[in-house]
Amino acid sequence: MEIAVISGKGGTGKSSISAAFMSLVSNVMAVDCDVDASNLYLLFHPFHDKELVFVSGKHAKVDNEVCIGCGRCEELCRFDAIEMTQGKAVIDEISCDGCALCYRICPVDAITMIPVDKSRMYIGTFRHGNMVYGRLAPGEENSGKMVNQIREISKNIAKEKLCPVTILDGPPGIGCPVLSTITGVDKVVIVTEPTLSGFSDLKRAVELVRQYSLPTYVIINKCTLNQTVARQVEDWCAEKNVPVVALLPFSPEMVEALVEGKTIVEYRPQSDMTNLLKKALSEILF
Amino acid sequence: MKIAVASGKGGTGKTFVAVNLFHSLKNKGKCVALADCDVEVPNALAFFEADLCNEIEVTEFRPIIHNDQCVFCGKCVEYCEYHAIFYMPSSRYIRLLNDLCHGCAACSVACESGAIENSSTVVGTVSSYKYQNSVCLAEGRMTTGHPSPVPLIKATMKNAFQDQSEYELYDSPPGTSCPFIQTVAKSDFVILVTEPTPFGLSDLKQAIDTLLTMGKAFGVVINRAGLGDREVYDYLERNGYTLLAEIPFEEEIARLYSEGKVVSEHHEGANRVFHSLADKLIAYGNSSN
Repeated sequence: MEIAVISGKGGTGKSSISAAFMSLVSNVMAVDCDVDASNLYLLFHPFHDKELVFVSGKHAKVDNEVCIGCGRCEELCRFDAIEMTQGKAVIDEISCDGCALCYRICPVDAITMIPVDKSRMYIGTFRHGNMVYGRLAPGEENSGKMVNQIREISKNIAKEKLCPVTILDGPPGIGCPVLSTITGVDKVVIVTEPTLSGFSDLKRAVELVRQYSLPTYVIINKCTLNQTVARQVEDWCAEKNVPVVALLPFSPEMVEALVEGKTIVEYRPQSDMTNLLKKALSEILF
Repeated sequence: MKIAVASGKGGTGKTFVAVNLFHSLKNKGKCVALADCDVEVPNALAFFEADLCNEIEVTEFRPIIHNDQCVFCGKCVEYCEYHAIFYMPSSRYIRLLNDLCHGCAACSVACESGAIENSSTVVGTVSSYKYQNSVCLAEGRMTTGHPSPVPLIKATMKNAFQDQSEYELYDSPPGTSCPFIQTVAKSDFVILVTEPTPFGLSDLKQAIDTLLTMGKAFGVVINRAGLGDREVYDYLERNGYTLLAEIPFEEEIARLYSEGKVVSEHHEGANRVFHSLADKLIAYGNSSN
């Protein structure tokens, strides 16, 4: 079974809660889908079996010697990535989407497409099972495509090693890497917090997941920071028929566990927090 | 001066810093504007009572492929770098896979039989708001289900404000990939907000690496100081990076923020921190001019 943990808003405790879940399942398949800010490896220190190159895309490059300055590429580029400067096409690498249209239409073949290949994907094992994660090189794009690839890898490993449960720690937001994280999973868990921003982002996340008709569960983290908003979130979830599987108090122990390099379940195995998380996970699983 | 408020890790307090810094600069009589570029989940405007005065729809190219006019030459499929055209010439079937389309229009350039009609799809809206007698607040809001925020971030930064302000603040999306790059690329200075935890530090390092390759000036704000450990401080000191401000972790601050309040209006300690941060940015602006 594949379970994706997402949040809309960042910093609600997605990774800490995913990590706790991962340490509750034996022979788990753990996947860190937050590829431009992956963190779980800091807690789990996986032993790397394999490192794979990820080609995130291509960028156009102009040969100034060949460019005749006709401006056809500038005219057709939908990403405003080409500007004619002193009679030559100049590519703005940040805006270039790698669509290769300029390369195809250049009448003098002055443009080549250079692959961007600095990002890596890692496959390994850790104390609770197997782990796959990606690290997008700083500034590189196409995180959705990378999530698709690491999920493909994780599916094969889960099949091969008979992992009963796959837990995917998703990125914040509701854009392409999130869509890639939830596409085809069995269940989605949304972690929120009782702040107006957390609430508003939860609504957008639920709206998104609804488009995919996936079974959805909500965890309200850091409830004690604002009980009133926490209750509003609970009421809203009841109205929308989204089960709230845990109301977790704010606890500095969550951060202390992190600093110790442990999940809360490992750091305080007998605590209320651990029990609440165990109960939540069994509700989600069964 | 254009200032992006960003972070590698989500939820470190970007919006909190952007909103309060806006408030402090305004209190100092500066002409300041704030645009929310976290278009996937925009929140900054919820902290102000402002009046909507302009809203534009942002669109992106989408082809409409007419099956009946298609000659099944396959040129559009060859041109599409995103594999967004599903094509079965044996059954004379062709269709656009909307989710994969980036709107580059290469297919339209490729098609010689007139089977591709140029159309568009709405990626979101850019709204500008009037607050305290000037149009100084704006947000981009992406249509739910649309995959890429980048075109909308670009449009937000371009269209949010007609008049130039002395200080333009951009609340950036989290991460260090394309949405982050797009926001910081057009900024003169970047404020990176982090928290003193192992996750915060790891993502801060990645954000700083990115800014260094881009040659951007930046400074760091540590939020929730007191939680976690000292590693972030050691890292900043070792590398000689500027620590602009520290905001202590206090349940009172968290509570005020959760209620949608501009914290520095209600909390003396936070007010002092943001005033001093505003002064540092004013000094930086003056020295770089």
